[in-house]
Amino acid sequence: MTTISPPRTELSDPIAPPGKPARRSLASRLLPALVPLVACLYVGVVIFLPALNVVLQAFAKGLAPFLENLQNEELRSAIRLTLLITLIAVPANAVFGLAAATAIARHQFRGKALLLSVIDLPFSISPVVVGLMLVLLFSPSHGLLEGLVNSTGWKILFSWPSMVLATIIVSMPFMAREVIPLLEEEGWEQEEAAKTLGATDWQIFWKVTLPTVRWAALYGLILTTARALGEFGAVAVVSGNIAGETQTLPLFVEDAYKQYHTELAYGAALILGAVAILSLLLKLTLERLLERDRSQR
Amino acid sequence: MSSSVIRRWHLPRLELPSWPWRFTWLYLGLVLFLPLGGLLLRAAGVGPARFWELATTPEALATYQVSFGLALVAASLNGVFGLLIAWALVRSRFPGQRLLDALIDLPFALPTAVAGLSLSAVYSTNGWIGAPLYAWFGLKVAFNWPGVLVAMVFISLPFVVRTVEPVLRALEAEQEEAAWCLGARAGQTFFKVVLPQLMPAILAGVAQGYSRAVGEYGSVVMISSNVPFRDLIAPTLIIQKLEEYDIEAATVIGTVMLLFSLMSLLVINLLQVWGLRYAEDVPRV
Repeated sequence: MTTISPPRTELSDPIAPPGKPARRSLASRLLPALVPLVACLYVGVVIFLPALNVVLQAFAKGLAPFLENLQNEELRSAIRLTLLITLIAVPANAVFGLAAATAIARHQFRGKALLLSVIDLPFSISPVVVGLMLVLLFSPSHGLLEGLVNSTGWKILFSWPSMVLATIIVSMPFMAREVIPLLEEEGWEQEEAAKTLGATDWQIFWKVTLPTVRWAALYGLILTTARALGEFGAVAVVSGNIAGETQTLPLFVEDAYKQYHTELAYGAALILGAVAILSLLLKLTLERLLERDRSQR
Repeated sequence: MSSSVIRRWHLPRLELPSWPWRFTWLYLGLVLFLPLGGLLLRAAGVGPARFWELATTPEALATYQVSFGLALVAASLNGVFGLLIAWALVRSRFPGQRLLDALIDLPFALPTAVAGLSLSAVYSTNGWIGAPLYAWFGLKVAFNWPGVLVAMVFISLPFVVRTVEPVLRALEAEQEEAAWCLGARAGQTFFKVVLPQLMPAILAGVAQGYSRAVGEYGSVVMISSNVPFRDLIAPTLIIQKLEEYDIEAATVIGTVMLLFSLMSLLVINLLQVWGLRYAEDVPRV
């Protein structure tokens, strides 16, 4: 820095430029305080108060009714189904994300940008449209694959397979998106070295590639899980929403709320909210680890 | 496109197993292209005249107005306030900053049903924010169109903040110092030096938020009264049509929304390319 260090446009301390009389307008004195204040107000009204409200409502009558709500059979079945769907969808997308990343990241080819956009597509398609697509495929009365559905007798629509599929589609891009940029940045010298030393592709993947991307992959895994646990629209369309059978936790929240079982709805919402906050905390930790990895290189 | 493309272009360097390629395409094919193709095939089967008729019924047009219109308002609001929040995070120091930073990501992490539940409670006529708004201005927020707007604002809030933040952080102090040395006022520096450099990031964030808000279902359906011609959004109309076994109408409206998604994806990509080019064009001091 030179002897005089002019302020960045912090709107904080406009020392008058040379040749002009020192003058601090009211606005420039207020702005530095005003910007964080307005930011906090906006986030407070849109995000913080609603989030706080859920926590307070869930414990409105103390801890005992909350724990009692957890005994509700339909809630428990919803939790089980949500876990089942997540346990299938997340590993599937994790394998896909890693495969796509190793296949795509280190090659330049025509249409690469297009392929990356295609992988991102589920982010911009409405979840309801995703559900609609599955209905049009698997409906036993008017689906494109009705022949397959009817001849095998598989119950896909209004059952867990279509719910798993819907969850897979909406949470597909997260893993690939986190891992691909990291692998691109990293280059392939280490893999080449391993190859020269006679490692098999499988060994290279486990001992070189995977350790390189571990934090990014974990980060992607958390985002995928959070989305899979919370998916609503796509699952709502294909599930049929039968309480105790094809109801996931998010669907349960909406249903209980609509049936005026408000406490039950808040109890279930709190579980989902707690998982969301946990995933946020994990994310923050991982961001720090990723940053540290990057600076060590 | 297959592994042969790769082989031709780059493979002297490292022979990767081709099974990741095959798996990637198989997975994409089964999970993405098959459902997409199914929808487009069904839509093509409807026929152009009938398609247009179903896509432009007064009911459908009203839902587009709510979905696309309110999402635009929400995304624009977040364009302005997202910039402001990013500014507060990067250029200020104040107590509670880390909490603010963490809260920004909550709409990404929180399941939309929970978001809908909490928003409709807080903004209902006896909620923390809804009650005073109703008492003072007679404004009914939840179960009315402003509620839909609130949900859309919530869901698209993180995008602009997270696209602008890194760009703002990377801005070189020299340029602002140069502007200052040349006698520019803070306002001039902001509008003529800083804002143009942030614009691609802001627009990319707005476009992402817009696309997300248009497609959002879970939180909106819980805070909306879902009355046609008032606050019914297009995704909810698709579900209603499905429930009425009007598959044709659901397909058509779903296709309209899909085409919109494809278009917005294109726009977002172009904006990102623009942002990169801009970054390269700006001579670094």
